[in-house]
Amino acid sequence: MEFYDVVVLGAGPAGLAAGLSSYEEGANTLIIEREKYPGGILKQCIHDGFGLVEFKERLTGPEYAERFIKMVRNKKIPILTSTFVTSIKKEEEIFILSVVSKDGIIKVGAKAIILANGCRERTSKQIGIHGTRPSGVMTAGLAQYFVNIMGYLPCKKCIILGSGDIGLIMARRLTLEGAKVLGVYEVKNSPSGLTRNIVQCLNDFSIPLYLSKTITKISGDDRVEGVEICDVDENMKPIKGTEKFIECDGVILSVGLIPENEIAESLNVEIDNATKGPYVDQNFMTKVDGIFSCGNALHVNDLVDYVTESGRLAGKSAAKYASSKYKRALNPIEIPLNKFLYAVPQYIDINSDNNKVVMYLRSRDIVKNVKVIIKSRNEILYEKRYTHLNPPEMERIVFDFNRSSLNDYSIKILMQEG
Amino acid sequence: MEEFTCIICPNGCKIKVEKIEDGFKVEGNICKRGYEFAINEMTNPKRSLCTTVKTSYKDFPRLPVKTDREIPKDMIFKVMEEINKINLTHMVKSNDIIIENVLGTGANIVSTCDMELIFKEE
Ligand SMILES: Cc1cc2nc3c(=O)[nH]c(=O)nc-3n(C[C@H](O)[C@H](O)[C@H](O)COP(=O)(O)OP(=O)(O)OC[C@H]3O[C@@H](n4cnc5c(N)ncnc54)[C@H](O)[C@@H]3O)c2cc1C
Ligand code: SF4
Repeated sequence: MEFYDVVVLGAGPAGLAAGLSSYEEGANTLIIEREKYPGGILKQCIHDGFGLVEFKERLTGPEYAERFIKMVRNKKIPILTSTFVTSIKKEEEIFILSVVSKDGIIKVGAKAIILANGCRERTSKQIGIHGTRPSGVMTAGLAQYFVNIMGYLPCKKCIILGSGDIGLIMARRLTLEGAKVLGVYEVKNSPSGLTRNIVQCLNDFSIPLYLSKTITKISGDDRVEGVEICDVDENMKPIKGTEKFIECDGVILSVGLIPENEIAESLNVEIDNATKGPYVDQNFMTKVDGIFSCGNALHVNDLVDYVTESGRLAGKSAAKYASSKYKRALNPIEIPLNKFLYAVPQYIDINSDNNKVVMYLRSRDIVKNVKVIIKSRNEILYEKRYTHLNPPEMERIVFDFNRSSLNDYSIKILMQEG
Repeated sequence: MEEFTCIICPNGCKIKVEKIEDGFKVEGNICKRGYEFAINEMTNPKRSLCTTVKTSYKDFPRLPVKTDREIPKDMIFKVMEEINKINLTHMVKSNDIIIENVLGTGANIVSTCDMELIFKEE
């Protein structure tokens, strides 16, 4: 059995950054990727807009990935591709990974594991649409894979359910390739994608966006023939009598992403109900010693630049942990869930010598003129005024804490008017 | 006066532009790039285009490409037609030119993928 200090699961932007920083911190590092090529989901995100924070440039997904693949290859950090991690077990202080590749099943040992295995898309089952399940109903990511990787147009006349960014981007992409996108239907009363994507993906191509509407039925036997659309009330319940039939041969679902956490759960890593990813401390270590999480496996990011940042921080911490294990003392960060959707990290390890916290958070509602305050006991650690906060746009904040003033006191996040 | 949402960065500033005697009055932009964007949007809206071209490699049927500078918005579908005529039969790197000065726009269609780097491990 081969042994490594740190094994990274996934060679998307999170895993590549994690592998690099772990290696640079001196750890013997391996990256494992189930697909044939590294790059993760970026391989199919051929549009531009990536890398503004990281490189101060507007790159396409493949270009952004390429920069990191090059750095990893230059350092000769091994990436095992077409290799799938099926299970991980903790034996004594060592993790044993069962790994399937074309050479069969092998076992790999590691002192620390980084979960950088991304997220998956919600499907129609998870949002409860009735009717038959004909072909032509697919997630936006699958449509993106068909068009951008396979060069195959999966529908000619379609509607998009949900106004998430991937759906908006696919509305433009399908239109460019000659399909007719009849409209984007969103159940909420505000779009969930970024404003710039509404402008450049919908408005530019005169694709209508309908708010407070949803699909109540999909019809067709083998192939989608149409959908029933309904207005919804303020509780997002369909209003009787508003049903309208729309003929189409495709339904693209862009109804959200959730962290991929099957492997995390098999390791008894505790999952945060708010993010659907693991709880972590400021070093991106989950509640199980030696297991780290970053990127979309941790929480769904809207900018890949922050995915890279979290990978880098997780990689550095994992390498440190592998070289000298330490005992943690986790203090929870208290967060009012009526004001925020979530904040990551959820814990502070007050034993850690890292007293700088990089935090990602989202407000629950669209709010104007608020102050976000982070405080411990009576000390204010961070304070910033926002003219507006919007749930689709994640905020990143950085603050320091003083270990001695923190003992036994948790950190609180507050949102105040002002 | 017209209002535009700046698409240069995720801030998405709402920018107001007004034609005045010796130029433009621009309000709402946080940075200089937004200033230029809004004036262009009023006078000659441009977009970059990202798409794919067909290849003859079975394991890699589509190569991602982009315009290396923005093209007039109303040329997008015409440029798509040109791109769809291509069938790539050789390996390319990022920024290799696939179509030079497409339809006289001054923009080249360039690869956004280093095929060799991707294929190396196989
Ligand atoms: C369809 C889709 C489209 C997106 N479009 C955009 C966009 O346009 N712009 C944007 O900023 N963000 C986009 N995102 C968000 C995007 O996921 C992040 O920007 C970023 O790519 C996440 O990086 P990651 O490394 O966390 O995950 P990923 O890029 O998903 O990488 C995870 C990797 O882990 C591998 N893996 C998973 N399980 C295993 C296993 N058991 N064994 C081995 N390997 C495994 C996967 O194959 C994959 O390569 C999109 C997400 C999706 C799902
Ligand atoms: S004006 Fe500047 S900050 Fe505002 S969206 Fe445009 S580029 Fe971004």
